[in-house]
This record gives sequence, C-alpha cells and structure tokens, in this order.
Amino acid sequence: MNLRAFTAMLARDGRVARRNLIAILLQTFLQPLFFTFIFGRVMVSGGYMPQQYKSLLLPGIMAICMFASGIWAVTMPLILEFQYSREIEDRLLAPMKIEYVALEKVVSGALQALASGFVVIPLALLLLRPGVNINVQQPVVFAIIALLAALFAATAGLVLGCSVSQANTGLMFSMVVTPLVFFGCTYYPWSALSSFPILQKIVLINPLVYASEGLRGTLVPQFPHISHLGVIAGLSISDAVLFAVGLRQFRKKAVS
Amino acid sequence: MATGIRIRDLRKVYVAAAAPAAGAGGSIVGSPQNRKKSAKAEIVALEGISLDVHPGEIFGLLGPNGAGKSTTVGILTTRIKPTGGQAWIGDHDVWKEQVAVKRLIGVVAQRPNLDFSLTAREILTFHAAYFSVPSHESAKRAADLLERFRLTDRADQLVREFSGGMMQRLSIARAMMHDPKVLFLDEPSSGLDPQTRLLLWEIIREYNQTGQTILLTTHNMEEADALCQRLAIIDHGKIIALGSPTELKSSVPGGFLLRIRFNRQSADLLPRLQSLAGVREVRAADDNGFHVYADRGGSLMSEIAILASAASIDLADAHVTEPSLEALFLHHTGRELRE
Repeated sequence: MNLRAFTAMLARDGRVARRNLIAILLQTFLQPLFFTFIFGRVMVSGGYMPQQYKSLLLPGIMAICMFASGIWAVTMPLILEFQYSREIEDRLLAPMKIEYVALEKVVSGALQALASGFVVIPLALLLLRPGVNINVQQPVVFAIIALLAALFAATAGLVLGCSVSQANTGLMFSMVVTPLVFFGCTYYPWSALSSFPILQKIVLINPLVYASEGLRGTLVPQFPHISHLGVIAGLSISDAVLFAVGLRQFRKKAVS
Repeated sequence: MATGIRIRDLRKVYVAAAAPAAGAGGSIVGSPQNRKKSAKAEIVALEGISLDVHPGEIFGLLGPNGAGKSTTVGILTTRIKPTGGQAWIGDHDVWKEQVAVKRLIGVVAQRPNLDFSLTAREILTFHAAYFSVPSHESAKRAADLLERFRLTDRADQLVREFSGGMMQRLSIARAMMHDPKVLFLDEPSSGLDPQTRLLLWEIIREYNQTGQTILLTTHNMEEADALCQRLAIIDHGKIIALGSPTELKSSVPGGFLLRIRFNRQSADLLPRLQSLAGVREVRAADDNGFHVYADRGGSLMSEIAILASAASIDLADAHVTEPSLEALFLHHTGRELRE
C-alpha cells in the first residue's frame, strides 16, 4: 500500500470535514437529539414514559448517530463523486490500487462515526439529565464494539454509496435507512420484540441491531441485551460482508 | 528518459445496459438472436487499434464524437478495462501493472472532475501529496502553475464557483503537478476562449520540450494541425489514417477539396468534372453535390461554373478547402468531421 497517498487522502477528508463541520453536525445530530429531547425528556417528564427510558435510549441514539455519520461521510460523497462531480477520478489515478481508495473512505467514515458516537453522549446527557445511569463495566469490550459499530456504519456507507443512483437518494433514505433505524433496536431493546417472535428473528439480519444492543450492553448493562459475544460476532460478520460487497460495487463504479 | 506508448490490437466492447464512459461511443451491434432482447446489445467502441506513440512526441487522436478517442484514453489511463489486446506505457502493461502506470501518467479528463470541496491551491497540493511530492516542493509548484495558468487571484477560493474555462485550466495544472512522463489531454481546449486556447497550446509545447510525451484527443483540426507531431485519425473505433499532419494532408488526392452543389442532377456531369485539368478524383455527394479533389482550388471554380452553365445547370453552392485534415477526414469517411 502507498501509505503516503493513503494518508494524504485521509488528510483531504479531514480538511473537508472541518470545512463542513456545521453542516455535518446538523445532519448527524439534529434529528436524533430532537428525538432524545421529546421521548427522553418531554414524555418522561409528562409521565408517559418511565424514568429508566432515558438510560435505555442513550445507546440507541449513539448507534443512530454513528450510522448517520456513515451515510453522510461515505455514502453521500461517493454518490456525488462518482455520479456528479466525478472528483473521485483524481484519487483513482493516484499511484495505489483503487481498492485502497475505497478502504480510505471506510477508514475516514469509521473515524467520523466514532467521533459522532462520542460527541453525542455528552450532548444527549445534557438533554436528558438527570436520571441517566451509565455504567461501563468493561471499557475494552465497549471500545471494541464501538469500533466495530463505526466500521459497520462506514462499510454500509460504502455499499450504499456505490449502489444507489443519484436520482434514488431520497428513496434510499425512506426504503433503506429508515427501516434499518426503526428495526435496529435503537429505541427499544431486542428483548422487547419477544411478543413478535418472527420479527424478532428477522431483525437479526440488520447489523444495526448488534450495534445498538452492543452499546446498550456495555453502556447500560442493567437492561436486557444480546450477549457481547453475539454482538461482536454479528458485527464482525456484517463488517466483513459489507466491505466485500462494497469493494465489488466500488470496482464496478471505478472501472468501466 | 522519455516514455512512449504502445497499443496492440486494442478492443473494447461495452455490453448490454452497462453505460459507456463519458464521451465514449461506437456502433451498436446486436447478434440476430439477441436483437429481440434489446438489453443484450453490444456497443463496439474500439475495433482492434494498434499504434505507437514515440517517446517525447505530441501525438493526437483526431476524430468525431463517439469515434473511440476517450475509450482509448480511458484504457491507457487504467480507467477502462480492455475487452482484448494490450497496451503499455513505457514497459508497463496498463491493465496488469496499474500502479506503475499511474506513477508515469497525468490525465486531464474530458469533463472537469475537480474536487468541489477544496480550493484551487488545495486541489493542486493534495494531488501532489497523492504522488508523494514533498510539501515544500508542491507549494512552490502549485504557486508556479497557478501563475502560469492565470489563476493566482482565485487560488484560495473553492472551485465550485469557477467558470468552465477556469476549471479546465486548473484540471490541466493539476495533471502537471506531479510532473508526469506521459500527459493525456482529452479534448483539452473544449470550452476555452481563443486566447486561453493559445496559452494552453504554448504550455503544452513547453511541457513537451522538457522531454515529456503528450497524447491529446481533439475533434478540432486546427488544434491537431498546430500541436501534433503525429496524428491518428480515428472513426468508428478504427484508425483510418496515421502520420504527420503534413503527410496526412498530402495524402488527399490533389490536396484541394472543392465541395459543389448544383440545382439538379445530370448524368454526364461527373465525367465532365473528372476531365477538367488538375482534377484528381470526383465523388458524388448528397443533394446533387460533388466532392472534387484537385491540385488547384479557386482557379478551377470558374471552369466548373462555365461547365455547368454550358449544361444549363445552376451552381447552387461552392466551397473550396485548402489542403487540410478536414478534407482528409472527408476523403476517408465520406463524412464531415463535425457531424
């Protein structure tokens, strides 16, 4: 691998992210934080939701923000760069294999997803407090799961960015992103689906379930959650499959 | 040491719904059994072209839109996978040794593909960083190129608001940032005003004088004639003529081309035209027209007018072209280059 070209591309993405910081913050955080305020604060204060929902909600919000980062940092740039501005052509002509250009996007997306995940925790805490009981007992496991969740966001971003046409971007949000979020155990634990046994099995193909459950199991382990091993296995397999599919799609886009 | 290009029997067929690359074209071919399933149609963009671009020369691919020029450039720059044949930049196979090839080349695409999130200066310095040019060196080169391409006053602005001509100039500056051995320019002067076009030609010549090889595509004869040491004329994915502009132009019978049109057809007009002194070849064209290849131009026109008048036919239109690549293209293909 040409490390200098790779790091130069990372630096380029960093420069662009800093330049677009306000837009990125609004795109990533606004909607999840509205949700946090309404359901975690307004509904809880009104007595419509139990107090403990605040703690239950926090890991899900972190997972949503990380996933949204993958979409905004990887999918949308790739759709525009391949189909509109074609600016990715300059990077494809850099002296390294084109697969590393895809890998760079994944690394850059995962770093932005991690940053979003860690920034949203204090923001959500500010909105929710008091009454949130974060209880990290296994920081290493938490770090591993956060990293795998960030890689999921970035690899899913790669697959979507190389598969969705510019004209269908709106459809992507309504047909792919929204169902993944709502059936991703973000606003509720996986065990809450026990009354819907078929649905409970089906959602296991959604990698966001493992991200939400993994963050829930490490941040607020007092709630029921999928085992750490199950989460790590689920996320690792999803990351590997999504990266392989994303690379294949990337090659198709990059070479006629 | 200068680096050349070798192309051997290069073919490219786009299959079915796969969209061809920008600017790529070609003829659509469907086998009889496939014709019913229209999705199986094949687009033949290149039909086995072979040529050598000598190290250090400015070589032009001249042809109309859809002739296969951009596909050729796409394959040579690793962006399009050839269906058959081979090509080398220096000693490196363009498909099998892509990284080595990319180190040697600089590419200006037909459509500007600048990074809209960066300023003009950043576009140049990040590009240089991809090629491991040290940062102090790339800052200096960027400043020099921005000055050379008259972009210094806009250097630190995002390129989103740039005009088409400014984007094109910046694209060329970017391709030169890492000092490539072989520079590909796909329709470099499209969208440029005449003054900037002259500046670009001057810059291309200067770059070539430092020993670099340049391959450019164009459908502008004036550009091909002014810049290129050798040319390949390409049409429907095939090379139809190859040589220096002078050689190519002199290969047109007589050199001069007279395009004439009468108000009506007459059977004995063609042999009469052929019998005029200096006429080398006459071909019937559309709408009672003829293409007369001759070794003289204007003086022949009055004789044609007399000949027509004697046969009670009116001359409806007449156009004399001095020895040119346009005449050559018409002679080989029967079509105008600009069609």
